[in-house]
Amino acid sequence: MNTTETNFTDAQVQCLAALVEMIIPASEDYGVPGAGDGIIFADILSTTAPQHEAVAAALSALNAVAEATGGQNFATISAAGGDGENIAASFRDQHPKAAELLATITVQCYYRDDRVMRALNMEVRPPFPDGFTVDQGDWTLLDPVRNRPELYRKTE
Amino acid sequence: MNDEPVDVLIIGAGASGAAIAWSLADTRMRIVCLEQGEVMNPLNYPSTRRDGEARNQNDFSISPNQRKSAADYPIAEDDSPIKVANFNGVGGGTVLYAGHFPRFHPSDFKVKSLDGVADDWPIDYSDLATHYAENDRMMGVAGLNGDPAYPSDNAERMPPLPLGKSGEALAKGFNKLGWHWWPSDTAIATQPYDGRDKCINLGACITGCAQGAKASTDITYWPHALRAGVELRTQCRVREITVDDAGMATGAAYVDPDGVEQFQAAHVVVMACNGVGTPRILLNSKSDAFPDGLANSSGLVGKNLMFHPYASIQGIFEEELDGYKGPHKIFRSQEFYETDPDRDFVRGYTFEIQRGQGPVQTALTGLQRDKIPWGAGHHAAYRKLFNRIAGMVAVCEDLPEEHNRVTLDPVLKDSDGIPAPKISYTLSENSRKMMDHAIVKASEVLRAAGAVDILTQAPISYGGWHLMGTARMGTDPARSVVNEWGRSHDVKNLFVVDGSVFVTSAGVNPTRTIQALALYVAEQMKQRLANLFD
Repeated sequence: MNTTETNFTDAQVQCLAALVEMIIPASEDYGVPGAGDGIIFADILSTTAPQHEAVAAALSALNAVAEATGGQNFATISAAGGDGENIAASFRDQHPKAAELLATITVQCYYRDDRVMRALNMEVRPPFPDGFTVDQGDWTLLDPVRNRPELYRKTE
Repeated sequence: MNDEPVDVLIIGAGASGAAIAWSLADTRMRIVCLEQGEVMNPLNYPSTRRDGEARNQNDFSISPNQRKSAADYPIAEDDSPIKVANFNGVGGGTVLYAGHFPRFHPSDFKVKSLDGVADDWPIDYSDLATHYAENDRMMGVAGLNGDPAYPSDNAERMPPLPLGKSGEALAKGFNKLGWHWWPSDTAIATQPYDGRDKCINLGACITGCAQGAKASTDITYWPHALRAGVELRTQCRVREITVDDAGMATGAAYVDPDGVEQFQAAHVVVMACNGVGTPRILLNSKSDAFPDGLANSSGLVGKNLMFHPYASIQGIFEEELDGYKGPHKIFRSQEFYETDPDRDFVRGYTFEIQRGQGPVQTALTGLQRDKIPWGAGHHAAYRKLFNRIAGMVAVCEDLPEEHNRVTLDPVLKDSDGIPAPKISYTLSENSRKMMDHAIVKASEVLRAAGAVDILTQAPISYGGWHLMGTARMGTDPARSVVNEWGRSHDVKNLFVVDGSVFVTSAGVNPTRTIQALALYVAEQMKQRLANLFD
């Protein structure tokens, strides 16, 4: 069965959800959701759509590693509290480009979530139009350089 | 078909095409510029949206092979450790450059005389001095007079970009070691300038400046050139430059926005498509008179490609720095710029000191460098990097070698069926030694500044921002493609004004010199209008 928005099968969606939550889990200490949080995961799913083929291939590779290691797919092993972390580590070793693709999409969506930005003391907005303030800094630091002799080569 | 010739047909609306279009406009000649990209809309730049950081790996990627927009042509670059970075649109590469805007040094034009390598330029610093100044007025430059690494230019500069926390920390490191540093000349307005507003520290220079503070030529030269009567045709991709039986250029065959083949006749053709785009079109312009490509009797069209190999050296600090806020570039160091016989390489490099990264790029850096794990340790590790990275890149002078070249790929074509360029490039031993030296020295200064950990990469693979040398300038037709004022030795109404004409690359960003050269060529043309083709 396919989800209507993304063309991923339910199994693929479950696999991706388990993986992204494993990459960035929720943390009470830091007051942040995990990447498998409903809002963030919906963003991840829509972001993966243009790269459907590559993401589907990466998930197949992940499941192949899970089945070779634990005899079941990645989502099932993770849901049962199995050895998801070691499977993910093997996946990164064996399929580095596929792992990088999934991790890149995960962090792209995670670090633009309102709650995550607030937890990092960021204002929840794009840079433009308000911009940011940057201190001038201490320009007296330049004084020793001003007093240096010329250091370029003359050509005449 | 347009058989009615224009006086001047410029191919490319980027850094150099904009400059020469504006300069020639005062002749009242009819000037047309063909540009394969579109006019940019700054309100669509990534910094205007929450998904901005993701877009610098998609529709605003520096790599045309990743970006794949309708304006882009693919580039076969498997045979190069450095991949091409460019942008196709009105403004060209200046839309995505950081605006770091140094001049060449006088010694950069005398490499053979001073160091016994490569070749001297047929012109020197003094030939370009007034054109540097004219270009500075058009682009607007922030910085500070008095840099001991340069001869005095008495240029009018806007105040420099802020040091910020990152610049202050790193400046202290340079001072501890007694090394040179100086606020970078940047093509970024720090106060209102020529109708543009001042920088508001978006931290997004390299994905297009939505504020309009960074001087990309779509908002500097082009408004003036258009008002002066230059015609700019966008989404027009040139297939070839055509010639007549006498071996003179007759115009350009191009594909218009509707995909229809067109021809524009011209009395003069000016190539301004960068060090890859220009040789691509010249090599695609084969005829009975020029079977190896136009203007290529020397066989040097496409050869001597120079990139500037970049080394990246970033420090991780315990204290919070500027992070994602502020223009990327802060100051430069040319402590190791000039040749030193005690080193194991000739020539030298500039350190461009830069601020930090946005939240997404910080995570990606940490994941790629194994500084951030997958799983429970993610958040703690991330916070050791976020707003705590600052460092530099070393812009290493690349010397010309004929085996580094642009050719036509036998298979790959763009969306209009025009053969795509193929890059064949190897890093020289000199470049490797220079980058190794830069990594050692940058690590030393970062430690002096308080960095607790250091991340390095050399070369930066997607760092082929500077495309130079592939239609070099010279007085000997057997050893160069254009003469000392930019005219083809073979085709007397064909000019080249982009980075292709560079004889050597210097160890600095080339845009300011590319534009000064374009203005210099324009001046030479205007002085010779009565006998331009003699």
